[in-house]
Amino acid sequence: MKSVLFLSGKGGTGKTSLAGAFAFLAKEKILADCDVDAANLHLLLDPKITSEGNFQGIKLAVKDDEKCTSCGKCREVCRFQAIDEDFTIDSYMCEGCGACAYVCPVEAITLSPRVSGHWYTAETQLGPLASAELYPGEETSGKLVMLVKQKAYELGKEKNAKLLLIDGSPGIGCPVIASASGANLVILVTEPSLSGLHDLKRILGVVRHFGIAAYLVINKADINEKVSEKIEAFAAQEQLPVLGRIPYDRKVTEMMVVGKSAVEDEESLAGAAMSKIFERFTEVFRDH
Amino acid sequence: MIRIAIASGKGGTGKTTIAVNLALSLVEREPVQFIDCDVEEPNAHIFLKPRIKQVRSVKKLLPQVDEQLCNQCGECAKACEFNAIAVIGKKVLVYNDLCHGCGLCKMVCPTGAIHEIPHELGVIEAGEARGFPFAQGLLNVGEAMATPIIHALKDDIDQQYLTIIDAPPGTGCPTIAALYGADIALLVTEPTPFGLHDLKAAVGVARSLGVPIAVVINRNGIGDDRVERYCEQEGLSIPLRIPFDREIAALYSEGTPLVDALPAWKERFIHLYHEIISQGGEGATSVASGFMPDGLNKRRTQGATLSAAVDVPAVDIGPNEGPKKGEAG
Repeated sequence: MKSVLFLSGKGGTGKTSLAGAFAFLAKEKILADCDVDAANLHLLLDPKITSEGNFQGIKLAVKDDEKCTSCGKCREVCRFQAIDEDFTIDSYMCEGCGACAYVCPVEAITLSPRVSGHWYTAETQLGPLASAELYPGEETSGKLVMLVKQKAYELGKEKNAKLLLIDGSPGIGCPVIASASGANLVILVTEPSLSGLHDLKRILGVVRHFGIAAYLVINKADINEKVSEKIEAFAAQEQLPVLGRIPYDRKVTEMMVVGKSAVEDEESLAGAAMSKIFERFTEVFRDH
Repeated sequence: MIRIAIASGKGGTGKTTIAVNLALSLVEREPVQFIDCDVEEPNAHIFLKPRIKQVRSVKKLLPQVDEQLCNQCGECAKACEFNAIAVIGKKVLVYNDLCHGCGLCKMVCPTGAIHEIPHELGVIEAGEARGFPFAQGLLNVGEAMATPIIHALKDDIDQQYLTIIDAPPGTGCPTIAALYGADIALLVTEPTPFGLHDLKAAVGVARSLGVPIAVVINRNGIGDDRVERYCEQEGLSIPLRIPFDREIAALYSEGTPLVDALPAWKERFIHLYHEIISQGGEGATSVASGFMPDGLNKRRTQGATLSAAVDVPAVDIGPNEGPKKGEAG
């Protein structure tokens, strides 16, 4: 099973809308939503959960106040400002490294596991889906991303699928890097704004850093033709092939409201553009 | 003065638009400082065109193993909670992306084979924009850990100022780091199913941190009214709605602040500020205590940068260098 990952650097450029369109158009595929901070792909699908489980993220240092002698050794070694002046542990700052527990002379601190989210696999009208939800205020989304990918690959084996469509998260950090490992191809979705271009440069840097082939899609291209041209010039200079442009089309949102992809509306201009982009993708994907 | 963090679960809803225009609308009335905590993809500089005066490096400490002293006992790998160090044959491998720089491996090593070297995660650029102090963080391309840069950025906050924090999207560690200690979270959303779903997640994060919330609806008029209904149910105020308008979208695309091109919007951002001050988003009780929910904000008094993030001396790069200086390629 080969995989294609949707990334953008900047948020809200249309990663999930394009991934949803591909989900509608592709055959023998598995879907994975690796934007675990804000997973949205399932909102275009009708998931019936087939398996699920808890995700244990980082552990948390917990102190037994009866044992604590307030010696302060824990505070000395903590590099995350997670131990206050009165030696209480701040759960939002604690990264669960265990240094405090190691140095505590009276074993007052233990590392306690905690549930930071949950993962699931589901059957949907467009094929099997692996997704997850990080609980509010919880950390280690990179680890949860790896878990979703693992579940997606298991689904792929089971269903003998040919293609894995991965919806990624915005940014360039931990969850993005976790989603990028092992991807055969990345589709970068941008929009014609100076912010979009700025963020595209940085995410392209990450994708190239990991040596993954990248293709570009310019969404809402007609919002600013000049900037769209600037982005195409940048792409040409960087030898980043453009799969296509998508025009701004209110139908994308209208279809989203009813839980559908724009490609399901025959009159949608954006839907037609996405179908064309999918055709070009199928041609180039054979070589990756 | 108060700290306003502009956040959203979903990306691209208009955080930077709100943050930039709020700062530009308030600057004549209040001493404003602007902190761009979206260190993965900072965009405020595109609109504010800051003059960067100082660049400093943010580093974490990464273990290095002296193969002469190492006896491959594996204690380091056993102790590491992040699977960032592994003994493979006669070699010890350190995985930079996974390492949090906690120093535990060094502590447990019985032969003293581990020492730590500073490893740059990114930079902080500080200067001035449109008459107010401006700072932004930039995660180096290829690095995974954004939070130490956000913590280091926040250590620079001067309490004399009304601080506007542009937070990263999502609900994970970088968002928490940016929201932590804020007096109010201004959550920017759009009236679509994706916007609603991610707003709920962002509300969950702000509430778990005890930060009062107010909501801004951007691109109002597209989608449906489910965001409005959700806010009503949850008792969340919506002190500002910005309609979907191609002119506004075009201004954004060119990096022109809304209030520069359409000055009438200033009044609406000032109104937004007064609304959140007077009602304190949800949890109006926090207003009485000067926007200080119980137990929060104590970290303001701690001036020190994370010791895991080693500061190097600031480099003066002169007033004419653009904000791109120091950005990894």
